[in-house]
Amino acid sequence: MAITTDPPVQGFRLSQLIYDTRYRSMTIQVVAMILLMLFFAGLVSNTMTNLASKGKTFDFGFMGRPAGYEISQSLIAYDAVTSTHARAALVGILNTLLVAFLGCILATILGVLFGVLRLSRNWLISRLTAVYVEGFRNVPLLLWIIAIYAIITESLPAPAAFRTGEASMILNDSVAVTNRAIYMPAPVWGANSTILIAVFLLSLAGIWAFRRYAAARQEATGQILPVLWVSLALFFVPSILFFFILGRPVSLDYPALTRFNFEGGMQLRGSLLALWLALSLYTAAFIAENVRAGILAVSKGQSEAAFALGLRPNRTMKLVILPQALRVIIPPLISQYLNLTKNSSLAIAVGYADVRATLGGTTINLTGKELEGMLLMGLFYLLLSLLISGAMNIYNARKQLVSR
Amino acid sequence: MKKSVLFGALTLAGLAAGAAQAATLDDVKARGSLNCGVTTGLVGFAAPDANGVWDGFDVGVCRAVAAAIFGDASAVNFVPTTGQTRFTALASGEIDMLARNTTWTFSRDTDLKFDFVGVNYYDGQGFIVPTALGVSSAKELDGATICIQTGTTTELNLADFFRANNISYVAVPIETNAEGQQQYLAGACDAYTTDASGLAATRATFENPGDHIILPEIVSKEPLGPLVRHGDNEWGDIVMWTLNALIAAEEYGVTSTNVNELAAGTDNPEINRLLGTEGELGAMIGLSNDWAKNAIAAVGNYGELFEKNIGENTPIGLARGLNAQWTNGGLLYSPPFR
Ligand SMILES: N[C@@H](CCC(=O)N[C@@H](CS)C(=O)NCC(=O)O)C(=O)O
Repeated sequence: MAITTDPPVQGFRLSQLIYDTRYRSMTIQVVAMILLMLFFAGLVSNTMTNLASKGKTFDFGFMGRPAGYEISQSLIAYDAVTSTHARAALVGILNTLLVAFLGCILATILGVLFGVLRLSRNWLISRLTAVYVEGFRNVPLLLWIIAIYAIITESLPAPAAFRTGEASMILNDSVAVTNRAIYMPAPVWGANSTILIAVFLLSLAGIWAFRRYAAARQEATGQILPVLWVSLALFFVPSILFFFILGRPVSLDYPALTRFNFEGGMQLRGSLLALWLALSLYTAAFIAENVRAGILAVSKGQSEAAFALGLRPNRTMKLVILPQALRVIIPPLISQYLNLTKNSSLAIAVGYADVRATLGGTTINLTGKELEGMLLMGLFYLLLSLLISGAMNIYNARKQLVSR
Repeated sequence: MKKSVLFGALTLAGLAAGAAQAATLDDVKARGSLNCGVTTGLVGFAAPDANGVWDGFDVGVCRAVAAAIFGDASAVNFVPTTGQTRFTALASGEIDMLARNTTWTFSRDTDLKFDFVGVNYYDGQGFIVPTALGVSSAKELDGATICIQTGTTTELNLADFFRANNISYVAVPIETNAEGQQQYLAGACDAYTTDASGLAATRATFENPGDHIILPEIVSKEPLGPLVRHGDNEWGDIVMWTLNALIAAEEYGVTSTNVNELAAGTDNPEINRLLGTEGELGAMIGLSNDWAKNAIAAVGNYGELFEKNIGENTPIGLARGLNAQWTNGGLLYSPPFR
């Protein structure tokens, strides 16, 4: 006797939305979506009601009005009285980019250095590095920024001390280290200096080509060329030669003491210096730990094998350990770069004119456009972060294992 | 206005959706105290004393308003604000009024949606330099490094002044007066500029005040006064008339010592109305009839407040100058109480 029972044919019941696993997840998602949208709708309407009750509007027209305030450091032409708030914001953005860029470079150099040193077999060196890493990682960045700035303003001599002879310029009277800024000579690009720059760029290209050639040759024949010496020679000799052939087209503009300050040359302001150092030292402490972790992640057998092949320790590090360690180091390095960039918004503590200080500070204060200003600033940091992580992800992808 | 503060999302932008706009007085009464924005510390104007009690010329205005409302000059929470945070604090409702050396300007009154209720100190911007610098006029400051508080009118005036005189300067932006003082004394800037009254107050705290001079130029008009949010006129009236009461009290010779005696009744009807022995002025602004009497008894009249905190017998040593009564050739002039 064959009994075939067809599954009972039933219409769709509403309770299935909750009890039927086929539908349940869909139900949850739809409900969550609706709640989320309600949340944001509430947020927007609340904002609009509050703005309206304060008699404020939501518009960006203020960006076109003259800013009226001076900015202490500007990479582009900026005039307090005629430039607009948009331009002030741009000045701030460039200053943010400048300190973030300088910071990422120095932090990487210091981080790699300290990361390797912390693994040193020399007890003193590894302990000292540990003290540095723990000291910087565990004290808030703001305190470091303020501390370094205080050291600069309180312990370095004021320009007036150079007049009385209490302090003097260093490096053959070309650099003045004061509590306001470090003043140093600036190059003056004369006629023909473009040729010199072209020569310099060509020698850089030459170095690159030579290194490729040397690597290919070593791969093919096993012969090692003196890469370092040739690179150094290529770097210096042609440029110096042309410098004299062209009749010294580049001269130096030296800073000179005037009534109140040093003028002429270039200057690195105390606020930028303090912020740069603090950001770099702080972030380098984290990077050092990433580097250490990356190196330790390469199995010991690798270096033993390299030693067995007769490679010297520094070549082992360069050819065997680091390439593998980089794969572990780069991803957390990206987030350290992002941290550094966002942390640079603490600049206001030392009066460095970053975007938080111009757009997010004085402009908001003068125009009362808190919401608009903060949104614009958030957007800027978002874009910048996405850009940095995008670029670093490309680099990361290139350093990953390529299966051949 | 919606009271539902959705997860304080807007605090993100420093814009806490705060106290209801329309009835600040009700909020203050319900809270039992006044939230008053002051400086982060400027001796003579607003600074905590040795016991941590706020004291000073601007603080006196806050206390007078509290005394007018509650009959208790200590019913005030003082909220320290910087040049940059003060306006957001007021706009967001974190404070009910601001009494912080704040200059009455067109755009603050209109664009920023505030209402200045009067002037408690007529000031102007000045410069302080070390005597050793050998500078005797602000016009000699070409190329100097100048410390300047961000978010102030003085920051804008400075740019204007140097431009008008065709000279240049390097600005060192600072956040608070204390920071400016530290930078200036460390020689990180050649000069410090802000309201002349603020300079006098700052110099009074120097170890060697005599080593620094305030240059003769006053480069701007800085009428400093208390302000409230735009839109709650009843609240604005209370602050405005409390300030006027202090000014009028000086004009009529009402002091903190004789106010109780005079409140028993005098033959000057204006004094009687002011002190609530005649008429119903208090009721017209939603306060008790002895509101002004309480304010004067608590902090003294304008002249007393001035002499006690910043006058010639204090280390700050400011002369009345423009801040004398109109009867003495100054600018203080309270509208009549009637
Ligand atoms: N009156 C100007 C400047 C006000 C100002 O910031 N004054 C300084 C010095 S007089 C001050 O009160 N500083 C106290 C602080 O830093 O908290 C304005 O309203 O913008």
